[in-house]
Amino acid sequence: MRFKIEPRPEPSTRMAYLSPLIAVGLTLFTGLILSTLVGTNPLAAFYAFFIAPIDDWYGLGELGVKAAPLMLIAVGLAIGFRANVWNIGAEGQLAVGAIFGGGLALWFYESNSVFLLPAMIVAGAFGGMLWASIPAFLRTRFNTNEILVSLMLNYVAILILSYLVHDPWRDPSGFNFPESRLFTDAASLPVILDGTRLHAGFIIALLVVALGWVFVRKSFVGYQMQVAGMAGPAALYAGFRRRHMIWIGLLAGGGAAGIAGISEVSGPIGQLLPSVSPGYGYAAIIVAFVGRLHPLGILLASLLMSLLYLGGESAQMLLGLPSAVTGVFQGVLLFYLLAADLFINYRVRRVPAAATVAVAATAADAEVTP
Amino acid sequence: MNDALVGIILATLGAGTPLVFAALGELITEKSGVLNLGVEGMMLVGAVCGFAVAADTGSLWLGVVTAMTAGAFMALLFGILTLTFQANQVAAGLALTIFGVGLSAYIGLQYTSVALTGLQAVHIPLLSSIPLLGPTIFSLDPLMYLSFALLAAITYFLYRSKAGLLLRAVGESPRSAHSIGYPVIQIRYLAVLFGGGMAGLGGAYLALVYTPLWVEGMTAGRGWISLALVVFATWRPARVILGAYLFGGVTILQLHVQGLGIDLPSQLLSSLPYIATIVVLVLISRDVNTIRLNAPASIGKTFHPSV
Repeated sequence: MRFKIEPRPEPSTRMAYLSPLIAVGLTLFTGLILSTLVGTNPLAAFYAFFIAPIDDWYGLGELGVKAAPLMLIAVGLAIGFRANVWNIGAEGQLAVGAIFGGGLALWFYESNSVFLLPAMIVAGAFGGMLWASIPAFLRTRFNTNEILVSLMLNYVAILILSYLVHDPWRDPSGFNFPESRLFTDAASLPVILDGTRLHAGFIIALLVVALGWVFVRKSFVGYQMQVAGMAGPAALYAGFRRRHMIWIGLLAGGGAAGIAGISEVSGPIGQLLPSVSPGYGYAAIIVAFVGRLHPLGILLASLLMSLLYLGGESAQMLLGLPSAVTGVFQGVLLFYLLAADLFINYRVRRVPAAATVAVAATAADAEVTP
Repeated sequence: MNDALVGIILATLGAGTPLVFAALGELITEKSGVLNLGVEGMMLVGAVCGFAVAADTGSLWLGVVTAMTAGAFMALLFGILTLTFQANQVAAGLALTIFGVGLSAYIGLQYTSVALTGLQAVHIPLLSSIPLLGPTIFSLDPLMYLSFALLAAITYFLYRSKAGLLLRAVGESPRSAHSIGYPVIQIRYLAVLFGGGMAGLGGAYLALVYTPLWVEGMTAGRGWISLALVVFATWRPARVILGAYLFGGVTILQLHVQGLGIDLPSQLLSSLPYIATIVVLVLISRDVNTIRLNAPASIGKTFHPSV
């Protein structure tokens, strides 16, 4: 008896939905095994990771606080990913969004206008799009790989933010700490659930997810981009413009990341700091994949990833585990997902040992050794 | 003046060497038709494992070997995903980097304040006393000599050996290589593992020679710069090493400008290597034909023998 992996005649829709669940299950299982190996009670670890962080209203609020930027960015990135436009610069686009929106808050520091906050959000989206337009322009004009350019710009954006809060935008009465002045109430997103930190940015994130759904499901451009991702030559033959898709894909991700950036600094953070994100821009890539590049899936996946962040913090407090385990499990989750995705397009068949000549012939065909 | 020049040359070589290792490894991986975006993650895991073993055992060389092994193990994960499980190479490479960043931070926690004496330079008798050439060519650390040897070996392998021809054939047309009976998947596995080992070695150079320290995220994008270098070098080994020293030079220039007290914000100077990477990528990619002629034709595409 031996096993053989063969292509399915058609991709399996059932597996496409099952595979994230399988990946989550396997990640959980790996976590339990590992915690046993390092001598932690697996049940205590499970409790610390998944129950303790959200067993009260405050915890649930935190779940939303961290899920908001993740779902925002992931919905934007997914629009590009569907068309094979690989924007991995969300971390930098988030920082530039924070700079543009936060800059407005500092510039109009004395203002009490109700228009300040909306203007900041628009500025944040604009900043993110501006930063994403660099790889889009270089890709469409000079054929430059958008993965490498967008990634390099992450470092540049974070260095610019660091410069601004160390020097020109530093709080004059802040004892030389590298941070800006605290934003005024007029420049801060209101808390929407008393006793928590859950802020209006969560609602903005949900709106963007809904918008993403409309784009993906109802718009012609969304359809074109999906075709381009699944069958590039067909899209070309149909006359869909690749350039437009690259621009739309990158701008959608950049705009969403920019909004996430300004939501973070005008929400939970309340000022500009040298670092405004614990790697949301990278984690959102995983969220986009685990959510099957679909807005509703992304909504669920962002809650899961948010819980993973909270779980890491809680495990640090309750069990003394380093918070770096969060990063490890984020990677492990994506590994399992990618592996499980094999079974969308392929299936495993048992080949009996006493196979007929015909089966042996097909098996020999699949053999990779000469 | 002479001393200052020697200092600048040595610093440039030192800053370039981790990139030489990682980029030469990725070059071989890409020549087989596989794009592994996980270089940053493999370098970090190599760096932390190498540093940990060197700190615990006191043997730098054991550290170097461990770093290469750790890098190759990371690459094996990538190989299993993309070659056996047919996963998208871009996604799997990103996953490898995210995983490597987390894993190295986790392993490195207890080593963040450990100090080591790094590998010392080897002074070749007589030759090292030649002015200018002596200190810059004949008094380098052993890993730098290794990088020169590897460049020669890889150039010979790719363009003068049958195995190298086979590797290139697999990268250009896996279907043809498969149909005349060559084991495409196995060859790609070997290329991926080699790339991982070299990325680990690059990490080891950072943690055991260049700094020598472990700092979380200490590669600071060098893995990604290595990926860009391969494109910049149009997939040719000799150009990889030139490009690496060019970047080493930019890094050192930026440090010297800061040291001279020129009134530019340090953060803006620190961003120079990243901006330089983008600029050279644009210059090379501008001509579509250069890329099309030099890039391995099957790069980034999965291959399943039975399809």
